[in-house]
Amino acid sequence: MSADPHAKLIYMANQISKFFESKPQAEGVAGIAAHINDFWEPRMRRHLFEVVDAGGAGLRPLVLEATRSIRRPTPEHA
Amino acid sequence: MKDFIIPDRDFGTPAAKSKTMVTLTIDGFDVTVPEGTSIMRAAAEIGISVPKLCATDSLDAFGSCRLCLVEIEGRNGTPASCTTPVAPGIKVHTQNSKLKQLRRGVMELYISDHPLDCLTCAANGDCELQDMAGAVGLRDVRYEKGENHFEVRNTSGEANPNWIAKDDSNPYFTYDPAKCIVCSRCVRACEEVQGTFALTIEGRGFDSRVSAGMAGDNFLSSDCVSCGACVQACPTGTLQEKSVIDIGTPERSVITTCAYCGVGCSFKAEMRGDELVRMTPYKHGKANRGHSCVKGRFAYGYASHKDRILSPMIRESINDPWKEVTWAEAMEFASNRMKGIIAKHGRHSVGVITSSRCTNEEAYLVQKLTRAVFRNNNTDTCARVCHSPTGYGLGQTFGTSAGTQDFDSVEETDVVILIGANPTDGHPVFASRLKKRLRQGAKLIVVDPRRIDLVDSAHIKAAHHLQLTPGTNVAVVTAIAHTIVTEGLFDEEFIRTRCDWDEFQDYAEFVSDPRHSPEATQLLTGVPAEELRAAARLYARGGNGSIYYGLGVTEHSQGSTTVIGIANLAMLTGNIGRPGVGVNPLRGQNNVQGSCDMGSFPHELPGYRHVKNDAVRDVFESLWGVQIDNEPGLRIPNMLDAAVEGTFKGLYCQGEDILQSDPDTKHVAAGLAAMDCVIVHDLFLNETANYAHVFFPGSSFLEKDGTFTNAERRINRVRKVMAPKQGYADWEVTQLFAQAMGADWHYTHPSQIMDEIAMLTPSFAGVSYEKLEEMGSVQWPCNEKAPEGTPLMHIDGFVRGKGKLIVTEYVATDEKTGPRFPLLLTTGRILSQYNVGAQTRRTENVAWHPEDVLEIHPHDAELRGVRDGQFVKLASRSGETSLRAKITDRVSPGVVYTTFHHPTTQANVITTDFSDWATNCPEYKVTAVQVSPSNGPTEWQEEYEAQAAQSRRILAAE
Repeated sequence: MSADPHAKLIYMANQISKFFESKPQAEGVAGIAAHINDFWEPRMRRHLFEVVDAGGAGLRPLVLEATRSIRRPTPEHA
Repeated sequence: MKDFIIPDRDFGTPAAKSKTMVTLTIDGFDVTVPEGTSIMRAAAEIGISVPKLCATDSLDAFGSCRLCLVEIEGRNGTPASCTTPVAPGIKVHTQNSKLKQLRRGVMELYISDHPLDCLTCAANGDCELQDMAGAVGLRDVRYEKGENHFEVRNTSGEANPNWIAKDDSNPYFTYDPAKCIVCSRCVRACEEVQGTFALTIEGRGFDSRVSAGMAGDNFLSSDCVSCGACVQACPTGTLQEKSVIDIGTPERSVITTCAYCGVGCSFKAEMRGDELVRMTPYKHGKANRGHSCVKGRFAYGYASHKDRILSPMIRESINDPWKEVTWAEAMEFASNRMKGIIAKHGRHSVGVITSSRCTNEEAYLVQKLTRAVFRNNNTDTCARVCHSPTGYGLGQTFGTSAGTQDFDSVEETDVVILIGANPTDGHPVFASRLKKRLRQGAKLIVVDPRRIDLVDSAHIKAAHHLQLTPGTNVAVVTAIAHTIVTEGLFDEEFIRTRCDWDEFQDYAEFVSDPRHSPEATQLLTGVPAEELRAAARLYARGGNGSIYYGLGVTEHSQGSTTVIGIANLAMLTGNIGRPGVGVNPLRGQNNVQGSCDMGSFPHELPGYRHVKNDAVRDVFESLWGVQIDNEPGLRIPNMLDAAVEGTFKGLYCQGEDILQSDPDTKHVAAGLAAMDCVIVHDLFLNETANYAHVFFPGSSFLEKDGTFTNAERRINRVRKVMAPKQGYADWEVTQLFAQAMGADWHYTHPSQIMDEIAMLTPSFAGVSYEKLEEMGSVQWPCNEKAPEGTPLMHIDGFVRGKGKLIVTEYVATDEKTGPRFPLLLTTGRILSQYNVGAQTRRTENVAWHPEDVLEIHPHDAELRGVRDGQFVKLASRSGETSLRAKITDRVSPGVVYTTFHHPTTQANVITTDFSDWATNCPEYKVTAVQVSPSNGPTEWQEEYEAQAAQSRRILAAE
């Protein structure tokens, strides 16, 4: 793994995705979003959205789908 | 000072468990006791102490000393009261002229072969032989000097062939054969209580001697694990603590709780003045029931070790030497730095790490500091690197983040699955209780890459050892579930009533897929399919099935998934909600359960309630008078990432050594080095302190009041037995720092902090120091619904309502072996050392484990030209270190194993920063490595040593 924050977060998001990919599609998407909302500090979500906004390269499809339900951090937090 | 002494009477024999009661008469008094009770115990119940030497209530009756004779009307002879059970209506006499004469005769014989050096004997005043001589009125020994065991030379000056020199090889106690009366209490304690079978009686009759190990062994070289059970059982000065020899007998005792592992044993701190004479296991302690291990019993010397730092220290930069300052100066320096960081980088740029070694009250204050004073949720605790997946996995499936049973439950289990845990080393007192049950016939299934002691040791043999490849837990657990479901071994009624039947259908379809079968996964896991199927059948159909697990489950990239898989197994087989079953995480540190309960995790407030929950925040906000952030904070690895990135600048770290204990040492060091203010609050200048700017000296568990919560959710009191050597208890230090940061905190005793916790946390609502005084300890939830606490959870329903079966897909870790790194390293603990060793390395425990060694299979060793005891280089993708090799077939070919107790080894230079998908718990248990012969320390070890030495300099006070 690299020290690059984006690479690390992509890796972590994909790891979460792999757990939820064995569930029915809708449940998996909701699961990823809830997990990241519940456990990722705003800085981490900001980095995630930087990746998503740049096209989401490297993220598994289910993560990309889940990002629609992931909270964007407020400026105060980011 | 609270002096809390409960009379600790010895009833002579263990309590009987029968529900049938029997009434008899002893010395004219009626007494009613459970059937099976000995006459000796029945007499003790009404306050009559029958003289005895070989009997004690921690051991089964033996009937060898012949001192406890009684007469029963209508029966012949004078039976031993310890081995004679009560019977309805019998009339017993414990004292009459015949009995007096017989007892005196027996005592006279004992004393004729015992040195009469009572005045200078270390057991003087604490010797049952002495007491019994007095009790039976022995006034004269008529036997002339003859053959004996205690005189070095006979009267003609010839050496006495029966005399054996004192064995003081054990660092903590001596064995003086001259004082031994061969009552066998030590041998029986080693067998019945500890279960090690290190002691025996060799010879017969007059030649009978207590012997440790094989011929030629002494106590240290034998199998003895130095648990202290024999010393505790010895009625004379034969087995004697060296501390008592040095100091003298204690004059009072205070009940407190051990500060080592998550078993949470109760101890009596036996004191003389403010000097600790010895720690003895408290027999009414509900976790340990009077037993102990070498750490809690003996390894407390670190608290008075010369390395302890007793003065606060500061420095501008980590390249400077430390400067000793007053508490006021330290607080001013630390608070100015932290305030400066917050002003410049915002309130999210700082955080805390609570200690899993400190008390609940202290952990609570540290997380309150960050939430209410720093105003963020950046708090984490060492559970991140050990049992955070337990919190997640059990929370998702059962609805609560803790073990389901009390330790007593093991007495009623029939089949135990032990996964990724090595209790004889990590949780020794629980291991002894488990072994006792196994010797009674319960079956054991061990799932572990290494042949741990419980697989095959004295009178213990596991029914199945599933010796899996590290990293394949989920595949094994899912294959067990596959077997249970496809062979129809599940408990349909339990699933229908306690879980969701539709959810079960989905789950059953998933696990029934042939790709999850033991046959399909055996190539991957290395576990023979038939063995796995047999184990699954045994667990599902063998009676009460319980699962105990440790860090071999959690510290994987799929740690949380395995915990979920374990919970699934318990639900599938209906093994939840009664004694003898359940899912039991064996917690690592003394208060890791408590620190989690106290809201140390960045996403949840005390009582496991998410910070996003408005109603929960409201409760805290109204009491604390501040607004609480509704976003989760940073976890330890995220803090370090943010530090490297430059957005996290200040850390207050209490009682935790992240530089040594967390994975990928170089990354941790880089994160710490990037911060502007690191405050370390610890007993010693630990490894993390090499990167600290402020050092707050800590107080030991002997120096403060508080509570610890053990792995069975049991809240135990910690009691202050001496004043803090550095001036303040740790909760006071945190309060001083909070005050310097502007907080209006005025706690004067930890009980007030517990009252606040109880007010804010529903599962603690009924907990108070008064209740703990009254009950001794209590297991949460403790509230209106369960005023006496909750020994067993999920009895009629799960905390979350219906139990949730969740599918567990195996995902291979990305840490893979290859041509450069062909071996898998897994890590663990050893009995005599604890965690990063900061405490145990500063005790005589180093006699057993002076350095970490690398276990390697003979096949792998030969391929590499590695010899036993030789230095080898251990390299991974993250780094390299060197240590000595130990060639053993306890590990499989392809797997190597080491411990992480010594900073010079720095096993975590090797471990990677792969982590659990759900919780970021690091993957300590799987690292691809290569091993090669080496001459000594690596360049990294030498650089590290130099940096550490440089960093630990302290300027002499002016």
